[in-house]
Amino acid sequence: MAEQPLLALDDLAVHFKVGGALAGGVRTLKAVDGVTLDVKPGECLGLVGESGCGKSTLALAIMGLIPPTHGHIRLDGVDLGQRQRLETARTVQMVFQDPYASLNPRQTVRRTLADPLRLHGVTDRAELDTRVKDMMDRVGLRPDHADRYPHEFSGGQRQRIGIARALILKPRLVICDEPVSALDVSIRAQIINLLLELKDELGLAYIMISHDLGVVEHVSDRVAVMYLGRIVEQGGWQEIFENPRHPYTRALIAAIPDPFHRAAVSARAKAKGEIASALNPPPGCHFNPRCPLKADLCVAEVPTLDAVAPGHRAACHFRDRTG
Amino acid sequence: MSDPLLKVEALRIALAGNRTTYNAVEEVSFEIGRGEAFGLVGESGCGKSITALAVMGLLRPPLSLAGGRIVLDGEEIHDASAAEMRRLRGKRIAMIFQEPMTALNPLSPVGRQIAEMFVLHEGMGWSEAMDRAEEALRQVRVPSPERRIRDYPHQLSGGMRQRVMIAIALACSPELLVADEPTTALDVTVQAEIIDLMAELCAAKGTAVLMISHDLGLVANMCRRVAVMYAGRIVEAQPAEAIFKTPRHPYTRGLINSLPRLGERSRRGRQKLQEIAGTVPAIAGYPAGCRFNPRCPEATDVCRVVPPEATPLPADGLVRCHHHG
Repeated sequence: MAEQPLLALDDLAVHFKVGGALAGGVRTLKAVDGVTLDVKPGECLGLVGESGCGKSTLALAIMGLIPPTHGHIRLDGVDLGQRQRLETARTVQMVFQDPYASLNPRQTVRRTLADPLRLHGVTDRAELDTRVKDMMDRVGLRPDHADRYPHEFSGGQRQRIGIARALILKPRLVICDEPVSALDVSIRAQIINLLLELKDELGLAYIMISHDLGVVEHVSDRVAVMYLGRIVEQGGWQEIFENPRHPYTRALIAAIPDPFHRAAVSARAKAKGEIASALNPPPGCHFNPRCPLKADLCVAEVPTLDAVAPGHRAACHFRDRTG
Repeated sequence: MSDPLLKVEALRIALAGNRTTYNAVEEVSFEIGRGEAFGLVGESGCGKSITALAVMGLLRPPLSLAGGRIVLDGEEIHDASAAEMRRLRGKRIAMIFQEPMTALNPLSPVGRQIAEMFVLHEGMGWSEAMDRAEEALRQVRVPSPERRIRDYPHQLSGGMRQRVMIAIALACSPELLVADEPTTALDVTVQAEIIDLMAELCAAKGTAVLMISHDLGLVANMCRRVAVMYAGRIVEAQPAEAIFKTPRHPYTRGLINSLPRLGERSRRGRQKLQEIAGTVPAIAGYPAGCRFNPRCPEATDVCRVVPPEATPLPADGLVRCHHHG
């Protein structure tokens, strides 16, 4: 048996009831639909997918903010429901996309960073002060700016505050939900470098949620691709990017404009149309209406996530056809 | 360039503050040939979007045109009257915006919004215009256009809405299409489709494109020439291939090197990304001299004092740097 995963998702599903009598009856939205996935200590798992694929719902479920409909979320082998809330908070933390919306505008940096410590029993003023200042220093903020408010910082600095807040309780897993997509292009490299440095220094595990494949390839050890609530492919970063086996993964990669090789995109790899509504997903493989490889089988049967190589799995009936 | 379609010369856009007036854009000059796709790239606040609005004659207070010339097909349009601009917009120059949901009228079926173009600009009757609207929807590859023309914007997906926007913009076969971040609100796979569609339709109609984006890669794919803006000025302009192969301005180089590129890790292993130090300056705090100098690894004393002049490069290019050598 390999080392125990830090986080294990076992057939996790999160369903929402939407609508009501006036909206034509209650319907079930399967935001996350049978996801099995794990994250080992110190590993970065890239989670890729388009808006509406369920990746943010998955993150909120792991944070304990949305209860799962069925399946299990285990941290260190213990079900999330069986754990103390505070203990979970010391294990998993989150960095949000928008550093303008996710910081309390009426709290100084000191308060934002010290409050979690107080909540977790650190009361000594000197210790609070040291830990706040050490953390600010570590994420590249000037410790003498501790009494400033969020509006006094630039977007990149605010994201550093968000990262400091996530790390102040020394978690072992940090969920980064699109951590750079709200930032100016020239600032993104600073934050990506910082996240990677902190990972090595502190031995952190990340779940890096992003639609930017360049970022995901750069930071991830393993990658999972999500489509309409299901994982359609997962594997080591190199496997996923060099030998993608799901047509959706190929379409995502083909959609990235490569400025160095203009118009070299294979038209065959491109996806047609748009992601279907999670309220009314297509039968069989959810990707089938957009898929260049679609056959009758794809409508009739849901493909299982099966191995194509060691550690590399794809949920496609034609997973052995490359290209 | 001989006889360009659009010529923007020493454009200056003023932003009125409480006490002072700032130059949000200055010394911006570029030309777009007939049928040519031209890209304007920069980060938020660099002035690229208001440059596009100026071309459309859509600047509103606190923004105003403070200097320079905008010439469309030999005709000065920067001082055109509101009525003249209304006749021009939609007919000869059209625009698509980032967020199609806010750009479309939520209370009007999309077919009607397309047909309006033919009624207003080509004097067509409504029933004929509706037939043309259906045809326009078919051209932007909206499935079952005969039903879709009766749909309201909220009934369409983001990608379909942007297709409707493109249909409206290209309805009267304008000579110039201004596209301001046309795919930023869309998913990546949809983005690829929309860009292909825009490129294809514009090529077929001979429409020139002024594409505004923060995504250098996207612009370089779609456009023949690219200009990079920083803090209100164009710092570099070059043909698309050249700007990636031989970027001449330190800011352009920084932008290109700071982003993780797909496939790079497989080729060379994980390299630390090159950072551009500091942050984008706010308009009230533009530094003296070259505005990039506080963030520039190559800055010297002259950069802190003297704003660099534009040095011409081959193929109508330019670079605005004291150390462009």
